[in-house]
Amino acid sequence: MKRLSLIATALAATASPLAAQTFAISGGTVVLGDGSEPIQNGMVVVRDGRIVAAGDIRMKLPAGTEVIDATNKWVTPGIVAGFSRLGLAEVDLGASGSDDTETGGSPFSAAIDVTPGVNPKASTIAVSRTDGVTRAVVAPVAAKSIFAGQGAIIDTGDDMDPIVRARAFQFVELGEGGAGIAGGSRTASFAMFRNALREARDLRGRVDSNRQDDVLLTRFDAAALVPVVQGKQLLLVHVERSKDILNVLDLRQEFPGLKIALVGVTEGWLVADKLASSGVWVIASALNDLPSSFEQLAATQSNVGRMRAAGVNVAIGMIDDNDTRYARNQRQYAGNLVALGKVPGAAGVSWSDAFAMISSRPAEAVGLGGEFGSLAAGRRGDVVVWDGDPLELNSAPEAVWIDGVRQPLDNHQTKLRDRYRSLERQALPEAYRK
Amino acid sequence: MRLTGGVRFAAAIIAVAGLGACAAQPKSKPGEIRINLNPYPSTYYPYGSVPTLIRGATILDGEGGRIDNGSVLLVDGKVSAVGGADLGAPEGATVIDAGGRYVTPGIIDVHSHLGDYPSPGVQSTSDGNEATSPARPEVWAEHSVWPQDPGFSRALANGGVTSLQILPGSANLFGGRSVTLKNVPARTMQGMKFPGAPYGLKMACGENPKRVYGSKSQMPQTRMGNVAYVRQTWAKAKEYDRKWTKYEKTGGEIPAQDLAMDTLRGVLHGDILVHNHCYRADEMAIMIDVAKEFGYKIASFQHGVEAYKIADLLKENGICGALWADWYGFKMESYDAINENIAFVQNAGACTIVHSDDANGIQRLNQEAAKAIASGKRAGINISEETAWTWLSSNPAKSLGIFEQTGSLKAGKMADVVLWNGNPFSAYTRPDKVWIDGALLYDAANPKLRPVSDFELGQPGEGDVK
Repeated sequence: MKRLSLIATALAATASPLAAQTFAISGGTVVLGDGSEPIQNGMVVVRDGRIVAAGDIRMKLPAGTEVIDATNKWVTPGIVAGFSRLGLAEVDLGASGSDDTETGGSPFSAAIDVTPGVNPKASTIAVSRTDGVTRAVVAPVAAKSIFAGQGAIIDTGDDMDPIVRARAFQFVELGEGGAGIAGGSRTASFAMFRNALREARDLRGRVDSNRQDDVLLTRFDAAALVPVVQGKQLLLVHVERSKDILNVLDLRQEFPGLKIALVGVTEGWLVADKLASSGVWVIASALNDLPSSFEQLAATQSNVGRMRAAGVNVAIGMIDDNDTRYARNQRQYAGNLVALGKVPGAAGVSWSDAFAMISSRPAEAVGLGGEFGSLAAGRRGDVVVWDGDPLELNSAPEAVWIDGVRQPLDNHQTKLRDRYRSLERQALPEAYRK
Repeated sequence: MRLTGGVRFAAAIIAVAGLGACAAQPKSKPGEIRINLNPYPSTYYPYGSVPTLIRGATILDGEGGRIDNGSVLLVDGKVSAVGGADLGAPEGATVIDAGGRYVTPGIIDVHSHLGDYPSPGVQSTSDGNEATSPARPEVWAEHSVWPQDPGFSRALANGGVTSLQILPGSANLFGGRSVTLKNVPARTMQGMKFPGAPYGLKMACGENPKRVYGSKSQMPQTRMGNVAYVRQTWAKAKEYDRKWTKYEKTGGEIPAQDLAMDTLRGVLHGDILVHNHCYRADEMAIMIDVAKEFGYKIASFQHGVEAYKIADLLKENGICGALWADWYGFKMESYDAINENIAFVQNAGACTIVHSDDANGIQRLNQEAAKAIASGKRAGINISEETAWTWLSSNPAKSLGIFEQTGSLKAGKMADVVLWNGNPFSAYTRPDKVWIDGALLYDAANPKLRPVSDFELGQPGEGDVK
């Protein structure tokens, strides 16, 4: 997406569909995304690609400001995919060349950077945008090392500049998946982890310094872990089992600089108090309730609600849940967490909390809460107007802005829909209907 | 075919092991020796029930009917009556005031691998694909079903699923026989088996068979290889059928029994229903012609991601489309998925089913139907809630051949019923109570009515809300 300076330049050409616009949306149910209650008959004002103000406000608008009537609509910040591989794979299986999640043939691990792999023209990005997903945490997939590499924060705008922040985090597998990669066990993966961080520490930030001979990591990989050891780059850790969670929290004693956030965390509720006191962010899988592996035996849909009740910082992500393409399901999952509030014995979350877990909270988890994820003044102008409650199954976006730029909402799927709306034989074959 | 309690076959049973010795036996009379068509009979029987009247309910009867402020009476495991506010309860009946909440038939998932690919998903329990030959009609999914799969209980408590078809996977062109189960925990597969349900045959088109065998440098490696292999297999089945039919009519030497061919013969006779995994429109059209070429019927296309492109063909040929609401793009043959697939197939007048193929998705089939309604509406197709419930109960039941017994709230049918705690087309709604054959087997308010599989006993979270 356009950097702020570019947006200012582009403001003159407000007629262009891809220029940041100054506009106000009024009359709708406004959801700020910060966990506060929805505001009836609220207003959102966007200028130069940023939120000017939102909520229960009445302000004088500059002459010529476009005012969009959102009566009976809902107005929210864009949905943020809390953990995804969005934009990395056009097709997941059997379409080699279209899938940039694969790195098994590379000599590198921690040094891998997803940035060049993110394709802003991927159909998955267009489909996600159509459903109101405007930003995403995009992680690499671990292949030959527990260190998958460096992930990025992207937007889903219809332009050629998807990267909001490159190398926003390092992603590491420290549960069953990591154990398998590291040699077959957690003992192996934790040894690999410790060794890697020590090799990075030994570089002391001087990536051109001489290294000893008995190193496992390539220089490039070791260098990539230096900011992790120093706490300058977030370390996103995938763990599910309760004891794995504690083991990872303990790593901070050995490597005090580590800035950690956790992904998955199906058994988090069993150690919710420790998670809460640690202050780490959890990007949880919302609805895991099957013991689908031995690290998820305690799985329950009440996991998120119980962690929230204990005071854990929770966002929702979709690791390994078709994470290249199904980010649009996050809002259904969030709605389902609300539903738990009506189930005796279950732990649900409030509507506003649920929504925040797919908007501001993922942004905060990756340290960008000041940039996007809510409609607070100064945040990027990512706004969605919905035809109803965005956590409900029958709602859909009617308009989407990213950085204040109105976005197209058609894609491969909507065009197929329009082509095959009628199967009546017409004057020319279907291929001529565009 | 109705396998009624095995009685029909009692006189005709001969052990398979005994067949090898038959040649030495005295010449049999025509048709005297028959292959046992039901060697693993259901031992399921309903659990106890009390007469129950649910009143003040929004009833979707599963056949397209709706009654506001309606009543449903369950007696002796059956739906006894469905009516309005005036429907009375017999003395001693439990009376539940639904207060406007929805009552529906239990959801029937026509595409599940629970038990065959159970949780935990480890190699030791991975029993869904006999990927050793492209044609394995001799394997039966029921012989892989692990009744202790914790997934069954999630489908019940969170999904309101009361019956489900377990299919073999799609690695093979002929994956094997399916089995239909009642979603009632039991020690054995037979204890879950839906009494009288016909068998199905899983077939598969497209990418999976050609990938699995192509990568082993054996046929099929291409889609044309897929079709050739399928046709050749059916040609063999016809020959087998001729031999046995001749024997049954005129006697003589007993033909050798071939388990694979038995299944295919059952299809040719209309006793076993074909459920054909197929994504692409062009491939479904070819499979329809293959079926005509060899004289069998396809009951359903499973997945049918491009069904909307040939919805007219589905209607014309009486084939159900068992579909997802919005799965897309995970492989090439799902690249052209659209959110309106279900609505377009419904709108074309073809039999429409919402299916899961997923241990998580099976817990939310009602929500998938809701998404399909909404997508249809935005495309100008208005589908009522009562019509949409046909996707979840009556149409699945019809495609499985169990509609006479279940799949709608009609007097005399199995009392497979869900009381929801709101509108089941909402993300905020969950099952409140689930009855199967009139027995209350899930009650959100009663922790004692949460089934816990053997696997989960003594584990963290045993008996937890899930």
